[in-house]
Amino acid sequence: MAIQATCRQIGDVSILDFSGKITLGEGSALLRKSVRELIDGGQKKIIISLYDVDYIDSSGIGELVSAYTTVKNASGELKLLHLTKRVHDILQITRLFTVFDVQSDEDVALRAFR
Amino acid sequence: MAAKTQRIEVTLETLLESVDLAESISMRIAEAVGFSEEELHKIGMAVREGVINAYNYGNQQDRRKKILMTIELDPENMIVRVLDQGKGFELHEIPNPLDEENLLRTSGRGLFLMRAFMDQFDVHTAPGGGAELVMIKKLPHKDSGNGTHQPE
Repeated sequence: MAIQATCRQIGDVSILDFSGKITLGEGSALLRKSVRELIDGGQKKIIISLYDVDYIDSSGIGELVSAYTTVKNASGELKLLHLTKRVHDILQITRLFTVFDVQSDEDVALRAFR
Repeated sequence: MAAKTQRIEVTLETLLESVDLAESISMRIAEAVGFSEEELHKIGMAVREGVINAYNYGNQQDRRKKILMTIELDPENMIVRVLDQGKGFELHEIPNPLDEENLLRTSGRGLFLMRAFMDQFDVHTAPGGGAELVMIKKLPHKDSGNGTHQPE
């Protein structure tokens, strides 16, 4: 399944909805570009929703980490939303659950921004 | 009668497309020997990471170099080898991605995932100098706890 990303704006929070595989090549590149564009546009509060992403490889994980540091370096805040079991498991075994703010409910995620 | 070892050898170009191709081949073979869907995913992903390693780090995306993947089925195991034409490396020199100081690194998790998803994992330096990644998964019928399709 080809990777797709759409962006929604709710108040001052940008939500990136991804579907497909986030893997080496197109998937990782789209994630990088989408986050970069939001940061360059001055957005500081970003949610990456992975509801429709059931496959991520080490390159995709690296890109999520890169997104986290990019947003943080811009004094922003990044949250992950709606992880599928496989993405959840990968973040767990790589200990990245200790890094990311992971949410399972969009309203809760929106309210959790400072 | 002694069971035979079956072997398939694939020479892959150093191209991004080879990553998907290797994953797909390994999953088809794993499916044919009865691994469960979850185990297929793990095997496919481990092979994917092995070929990404060869593509990016071993062959440095040099299209003149090749990646050799062999898959062996012996009576007990599925053994996948991925050989590149790079300089090789020592496993103990690779930083542990789980260490606190490495958590925010954007690369370096592929070898960890291969180890996590397969039963055995090792790296050898080939006589020609490249790295050979060896990944072994026990065949499902030898271990009912290994995602086996149970017989009727």
